[in-house]
Formats: sequence, C-alpha cells, structure tokens
Amino acid sequence: MADPTLSRWRFLSRNNDDPVKIVGVASLTAVTCAVLVASAATLLEPRQQAHLEAERAARMAAMLDTLPGMGELLAETGADGLTTYLVDLASGQIVPDMAAADYDANAAANDPETAVAIPASQDLARLRQRAPLAPVHILERDGGVALIVLPVSGTGYQSRIEALLALEADLNTVAALTITAQGETAGLGSRIEDPDWQALWPGRELADASGQIVIDVVRGQASGPHQVDGISGATRTGHGVADMLRYWMGPHGFGPFLDQLRDGGL
Amino acid sequence: MANALTRIVSPLIDQNPVTRQILGVCSALAVTTSLDTALMMSLALTTVICLASAIISLIRHHIPHVIRLIVQITIIASLVIVIDELMRAFAFELSRALSVFVGLIVTNCLVLGRAEAFAMRNPVRPSVLDALGNGLGYSLILIVVGSIRELLGQGSLLGVTLLTPVEDGGWFQPLGLMQLAPAAFFIIGLLIWAIRSARADQVEPAQYQLAGDRGRG
Repeated sequence: MADPTLSRWRFLSRNNDDPVKIVGVASLTAVTCAVLVASAATLLEPRQQAHLEAERAARMAAMLDTLPGMGELLAETGADGLTTYLVDLASGQIVPDMAAADYDANAAANDPETAVAIPASQDLARLRQRAPLAPVHILERDGGVALIVLPVSGTGYQSRIEALLALEADLNTVAALTITAQGETAGLGSRIEDPDWQALWPGRELADASGQIVIDVVRGQASGPHQVDGISGATRTGHGVADMLRYWMGPHGFGPFLDQLRDGGL
Repeated sequence: MANALTRIVSPLIDQNPVTRQILGVCSALAVTTSLDTALMMSLALTTVICLASAIISLIRHHIPHVIRLIVQITIIASLVIVIDELMRAFAFELSRALSVFVGLIVTNCLVLGRAEAFAMRNPVRPSVLDALGNGLGYSLILIVVGSIRELLGQGSLLGVTLLTPVEDGGWFQPLGLMQLAPAAFFIIGLLIWAIRSARADQVEPAQYQLAGDRGRG
C-alpha cells in the first residue's frame, strides 16, 4: 500500500467504484461460476445418462405390460420378449452384423460425421438432423411382425420430446404411445406424460385408406380413428407430438422400413 | 456463543422466513405434497443458502456496490445448478419429483434476501450461522406442512403407510384436497395464525386505519 505505483496494479486493492474493478470482479465471477457449472455438468453426465437409460427401459417394460393380450402373445409366440434390430432408415434395410445395444442413436444424431441432415421441407419434427440408423424392437410371430416398437423424437413447444410408439401387426394401428422424455411447461404440456392422455392413443390409426399419414392431435373433441384429443393450454405440444409421428412414419423416417415389412416381412 | 445460538434459533419461530417474513411460499406450496420431497427440497435450499452466504460474505469487500445483485445472483444460480446436477446424478427419482423447483431456488427471495441483508455486511461465521438458521426455519415449515399433507392426503409418511386407506381395506379416507396446492395455503395460514396467537408481538400494526377508528384505538 505504501507504494502508490504498486497499488495501482494491485487489482483487489482498487476502489470498488473503479470501472476496472467492476468489470474485473464481474468477469472473475462469471468465469469462476462458468467453470464450476461446466465441470459439474460434464463430470456428472455419465451417471445422469445411466439413470435416464434405466428409466427409458423401465418405461418400455411398463408400456409392454399395459398392452392388452401381451402376455398371451408372448406365450403364443414362444418368444421371451422383443428382438432389437438396427435399421438403415434411408434404405429401410435391417443392418446385419451390428449389435443394436452398442449403437447410440442420440450420439450419432449429434455427431456431424454421422448425422443425416433432414431436408427443411420434410422436417416436420423440427429435428434438423437424425442418426442414419435407428433401433426397432420387434415381436415376431410366424416370420411376421406381431408388434413393433419404434423410438421417435420431435420438438414440442419448448423442448425435445422422445417417445416409444408401439404398432400392431398391420403397422398402422397404434398399440401404445409412451412419452419417455420431455421438458414441456409443467402442468400444461408436461401432461403428455400422464397415463390418462397416453391411454387415448391405443386403437388410433396413423394413415388413412390411401396410405396418407393423417394422424393428428386436435383441439376440442376428436372424431374418427385418426384424431386424438389435445390437452387444453398445450396446443403446440399436441401439434409437436402429431408432427413427430408424421415425420417418423413418413418417407424420411421409418417409412421405407415399414414398406419393406409390409411387402416381404422380416 | 449465546449470540451464535440466537442466530440459529431465532429464524426457527420468531423470525421464521416462511411464517413471519412470508418468503419462499411458492416452493413451500409446490414440494410439500409428500415428506420426502419436502426433506430433499429443505436439504437443497439449506445447502445453497449456507454456501451462498459463505461465499458472498467472504468476498463482500470486493463486490462493487453497483453490480452486487448480479454477482450475488450469479453465485446463487451456479450453486443451484450444481446442486441440481448432483441430485440428478445421485437422487434421480426425487429430482424427478421436484422437477423445476430445485432450479427455482434461484428465485427464492429467502436466499437472495439473506445474502443481501446479512452476508454482504457480516463476517463469514455469523453469515453462515444466519443462513443455516434461515434454512432450518424454512425446512421446519416444509417438514411440518409436508408431514400433514402426506399423512392426511395419502395416509402415509415417507411412503410408509400409517393409516390404511379404504381402498386397501382400512378405515381411512384420504383427503384428496391435501394433495392440491390450496391445502398448503390453508396449513401455512393456520400455522401463521397459531404462531401469532401464541406470540402476539408478531402481529403487525394495521397499516391503514380509518381516521374515526384511531381515537378508539
């Protein structure tokens, strides 16, 4: 303190009203906090992901439990569960010799090397890009499909929505829809996670007789097999869910794969 | 030492942040549907408020007056994010139940209030004690409200069934209202009434009085 030239360079001994000190303290606080938050997020991510993964698996099991006749179906087919395949979405072919369990679709969708850009005109789900491959879970019976579960994702009002869509053997009738991840407005859009709302889905048909995908979430009273009641106050979340299904059932999503299944089975 | 004890004890009832200062009521409504969420929220808030007060008190001489609120909020927000991340990694189910409310600790007037009113002007030790007292005062109300709501709304405490509901062959009819936000208002209101009945000095004088009434007192 005795040497004025020295104290001028001593940051902490500056007057608190000094602009350099104000900017300096603000920057130091920001940098310190940013490092703290970033390291917490990075270090804890593997643990959090493991929880999310476990939750997703639990929801899938819970969804299969709610399907009517699932027990008999399993007993009848003699299978002890679903078989998971990896599908090349563009060609609709099943990729052999690749373990579905090792494939991380979310990572592949975010990695610029592997991600496939979705043309704006087809990007109903507002995803911008998707992974080239996708896991599908199939319950087989007599070489055909008895039930198929497709992972889908899209954009709601404010968050990414992820869901599992189970289709019956006709590959058009919804057996169940389970939302596995969402961050929509609490109490409004987030109610797409309610079992009551998801119970509206079984029996709905995605495409009409001409093959056009017409499933929709509507305001007010739904009518016909292609409509589901929306949630009041969550119009855009409802549209997000409908657009997500339209995209994934369409030609850029699982469309080619489902066409192949219809033509020639597995 | 007596002084330190006062700092912790006084916010429990006399200066309770929820019932006396009416701070942090929003989260007290939202997370008290069951005792375990109330406990987790209490733990999260008490940790954040203690750490925030300690850090802010430690650097209080170097926080420029004009940006003090921004610096305080930045520190509090960072701590809240870290706590939230920790909960998502180690207490996943509870973090799901608490959803956005852990993140909303940032906007809890209680945390910023103690930082601005106390930690900015006092050394670290009393600041931490003051924060701990206020955190415990908040926790006390949450635990009381959470216990009442879970017991009367579900007939259980911490998930252990104490009063067997009618559906499971018992005699207890769960009060659905207890699981809704208004029930927390009623319980907090009754608590405030009870405390102010017992301690009349907490009753504020009326702020506006008709001129004619004044003479009669």
